[in-house]
Formats: sequence, structure tokens, C-alpha cells
Amino acid sequence: MNNWYMLTLVGNDRTGIVAKVTRILQQNNCQLGEASMLRLGGNFTIMMMVNSELSSDDIITALQAISAELNLQVHLDEIEGRLHEHHIPNVLVTVIGADRGGIIAQVTEKLFNVGFDILNLDSDVAGTDERAIYIMRIEGQALDGIESIEAALQPLKADGIDISVQAIETLIA
Amino acid sequence: MAIHPILTYPNQQLKQVSQPVDNFDHNLRAFIDELQETMHDGPGAVGIAAPQIGHAIRLVIVDVSNKKKIKHHGHLVLVNPEIVEWQGLAVGREGCLSVPDFTGNVVRAERIKLNAFDAYGEPLSFEMEGYEARALQHEIDHLDGLLFLDRLVSRRNDLFERKKR
Ligand SMILES: [Zn+2]
Repeated sequence: MNNWYMLTLVGNDRTGIVAKVTRILQQNNCQLGEASMLRLGGNFTIMMMVNSELSSDDIITALQAISAELNLQVHLDEIEGRLHEHHIPNVLVTVIGADRGGIIAQVTEKLFNVGFDILNLDSDVAGTDERAIYIMRIEGQALDGIESIEAALQPLKADGIDISVQAIETLIA
Repeated sequence: MAIHPILTYPNQQLKQVSQPVDNFDHNLRAFIDELQETMHDGPGAVGIAAPQIGHAIRLVIVDVSNKKKIKHHGHLVLVNPEIVEWQGLAVGREGCLSVPDFTGNVVRAERIKLNAFDAYGEPLSFEMEGYEARALQHEIDHLDGLLFLDRLVSRRNDLFERKKR
């Protein structure tokens, strides 16, 4: 069976979402793959690989009662999916600065221009409403080496954004 | 000589505490050769521990000399290794021959002092740091029945100050 879907669920954060949703999926013989579940801005968000012989309509129907009860928005896409497709990042870029429009676009455009492949990006807004702090961590693969990444981001450092670029040496032993 | 299959999680032998070596004889040295050969057969491993091939004895091999720009002690065969001092903490990414297709962040001591014996029973001692110290801690964990999976830290909230290069 290799029939993967990407299930996206978003709702107000409350306890029990994960337990209840995954129980329904299990009762419908769905196999779960990799997932990311995060609280973002008071919402609980789930993106989860689901492997199932059911049609997407059947999966949505199976989740109907629980999504109504928990007030979840449900979205399901058929995907070309596979497990065991991990890529290992070799660079970590950390970006910290006063929050301002366009910071992600500025950083990621520069990374894109030097062939940086983003594998994982977390960003958060901390501080207070008056003085928000923007914190972003990007793990990825630098195809042209770490020096090209440092050089590409240098102009933003001069712009008052704290940027650190560190090599990730994964140890296999 | 022979290349041994590497035991992978959830094989329970990986959870055993390994026993100290008493006899520094030719059998030990023959086994070290096989462990060495098995390590080099794998994809780019910088270390291996005897229990990873099913021998619950306190023996590890570490060799990080192929990494650029780091301090190291070359090719190390360490029998009954024991860490006697730890200093500092650092987050780093690890994977394991015994856990295919997964890597994750682990906190380790930045610097260690270590006592051990060589294959002939001669005492050794080292001060290590960074990547080599991390490799040793990973291997000694294997001798104590621990995997890096037991020490994972969140990928989202690991804002530890890592050592600046
Ligand atoms: Zn290992």
C-alpha cells in the first residue's frame, strides 16, 4: 500500500486534538507517516502524512464528527509521498532581529540565490507588541559551501539583523 | 576477518550494559580487526562500539581524522574507556549506524578527559574536545546501553549557544 495523503488540520488549541484525531485515523486503518504538530499563534496545527486505501472523500467523512466537535479546519491532498527520504542539513542559519516586514523574504531570497536548499524553517515572534523580536532558524543544505551563504547574508548583517551561519557536522557513529 | 552485520534498533542487545574486558589477548585483537573492518564497511561512520555487532564488551573505535579543521587524536582503539571529567555543553547533530535514516540534535559535553586501555592492556589517557569528544560520548553510551535517541533535544527550541568557529 503506497497511497499517501497530506492531512492538514488547524483549530483553536485545546487538549485532546492529537489523541482524538489519530484514534479516528487508526480506526479507519490509516497508517501515519511523518508529521509536524505545532502551536502557532494560539492555534494548533497538524501536517501529517497519512497512508490509506480510502479515498480522500472517505477520509474527510471519517473525520467529520471530530472536526465539527473540535472546530477543526480539515484539508487533505493526495501526494507523491515516501518515507525514508530524509536529507541531512549541513548548515544552520539563525536570524534574530527587531520584527519588521519582509525579513523572511529578504533572508530566503538571498539563500535561494546561492543555491541553499531549505529543509526545515522555524520562525517565531517573541518580545512584546511594542517591541517584537523576530527569531528564525533555518536548516538546509548549502551546495556551494558555507562561505557562499555567509557572503550572501553579509549585507543584511550591516542592516542591523543578527545573523549567524554555522556548519552542521553530523556525526554518524 | 569478517564484516559483521550491524544491529539496529529496536534490537534489545543495544540496550545491554557491556562488560569490561579482562583478557587483552590475541582473541581481543582479532575481534578489534573485525570491528574495524565492519566500521569501514559502513557509510562514513567515525566510530563504532562492540555491542553494535552483538558483543557486549567495553570496546570502541573512534577515528575522526577525515574531518577537516578539528583537533583529534587520530585512529583510536579504546578498551574499557571511562570519562573522568566533563566540561561545557554543546548541541550537535548525530546519527547512528544502529538507527538508519534518522538524525537529531543531542547535547554533549564540549570537553572531556578520558582514561582507557589499548589492545595490549596499556593505560591511555586523553583530553578531547568538540567533534571527537562528541564521538567518544556517543560510543560510550553504546557501552552503557544508551542510544542518541535517548538524548534527543527538540529541534525547535534548542537555542543553546553553540561554540563559535
Ligand atoms: Zn551509534
